[in-house]
Amino acid sequence: MAESKKFLMFLGCTIPYRVASYEVSARKVLPKLGIELVEMPDFNCCGLPVDPANHETTLALSARNLCIAEQMKLPIVTLCTGCATTLRKTNKLLKEDKELRETVNSYLKAIDMEFKGTTEAKHLVQMLKEDVGYDKIKSTIQRPLTGLTVAEHSGCHLLRPTKVAGYDDPENPQTLKDLIGLTGATCLDYIDEPECCGYTVVAIDEKVSLALAHEKLHHIKDVGAQAMVTVCPSCHLMFDMQQARIEKAFNETFKLPVLHYTQLLGLAMGFTPDELALKELRVDASKIANLT
Amino acid sequence: MCGALTEKSTETSSKNVDTARVDPAFKREVMNEHDGETLKKCFQCGTCTSSCPTARFSDCYRPRTVLRMAQLGLRNKVLSSSALWLCTACFTCTDRCPQGVEVASVLRVLRNLAVKKGVVPQVFIELNSSINDTGYAYRIPDIRHRKRAEAGLPPLPKANCKDVSKLLELTCKGKIPKK
Repeated sequence: MAESKKFLMFLGCTIPYRVASYEVSARKVLPKLGIELVEMPDFNCCGLPVDPANHETTLALSARNLCIAEQMKLPIVTLCTGCATTLRKTNKLLKEDKELRETVNSYLKAIDMEFKGTTEAKHLVQMLKEDVGYDKIKSTIQRPLTGLTVAEHSGCHLLRPTKVAGYDDPENPQTLKDLIGLTGATCLDYIDEPECCGYTVVAIDEKVSLALAHEKLHHIKDVGAQAMVTVCPSCHLMFDMQQARIEKAFNETFKLPVLHYTQLLGLAMGFTPDELALKELRVDASKIANLT
Repeated sequence: MCGALTEKSTETSSKNVDTARVDPAFKREVMNEHDGETLKKCFQCGTCTSSCPTARFSDCYRPRTVLRMAQLGLRNKVLSSSALWLCTACFTCTDRCPQGVEVASVLRVLRNLAVKKGVVPQVFIELNSSINDTGYAYRIPDIRHRKRAEAGLPPLPKANCKDVSKLLELTCKGKIPKK
């Protein structure tokens, strides 16, 4: 058996706060794919939530996380698209912009750290594509999800800004669709697939935020998908946890189960719904579990 | 959700630009900030607004308008506008801009400048305070830690609050009020 690849698991804040099912399922499926997750000691918030208030704070917070990875000589993998884009952006900026690196390093010096630019950070999806490979994933499928139709939601930060993401076409994203296809499920096209879930402004203007998520659920309902698949804890909160509120606000019923990709893949690998924490989803996903 | 965020703002609903309130130096201030440089390239085509998810559902948020106001030097009107905070940071505007304007980043620079001026939506005070005290953006309750153990998840690492707090102190420079 090929040697496993080691990645530092950067959990971020949203997953341990409210979306444990994503972590539970990721920790089940990744070892099967030859990925060894190493716990990341004393990491902190990636910095994205406070970027609107102060960009330098974001750079310093994410740089500190990158420094920890540099010290451990391991690349980072995140399950959250927001953490991924922030760590990737800071890493790229500080590698390319000497002046900015010096500014950030002047802050890091106060905590005895220095950004050197020797590590990299990836989102789960990018890691699955580039470090695991589709053939390897295919070889782990025990129970293909034939007959299941789903709709993908990649999430903005998986795809944009293109300068930071760069491994998929944000206008017509394919990677998550390919990954879904490997499980045997059919991924349906729908209108405005790459649109935002609205989560980032929920605390600023709930009306706009829920309207965005509602429109998306509506488009997915129109094509008759049995479930939605996400790869970001924030997008997941919007469509799963907030779904009942959206139904109430717009007087429309969806009852659309929202699975993390790692849950979908786990089902196809033969894990039980309980092992993948399907019960923790707000919208009942037992129908999906029974299909497998 | 439209209008000004602070009582201090004296802008009225007048559609005419009050020239006394135009500050020609404002655009330089924006362009001097990291990521603000591309403001000068905007030629008002409106691709950003037509691509913006928020603009479709908000009565007041129009990225093109905000950029034009910034170019014109309407400092107070821009920085006290509550609409400024409605950007979802999806970066569709940035990716689609035919002029290479980093639209989402210019808007972020404007929000950062608003914070410097003292306009800070409550949610950012909460987030900053939680990061300062716990290392995490949210205060993770004990029940979550217990549930992690029950689910067989490894314990969450304890953040190095001393170092995180130091970074916040150095970068915020007192601009974000403590909770």
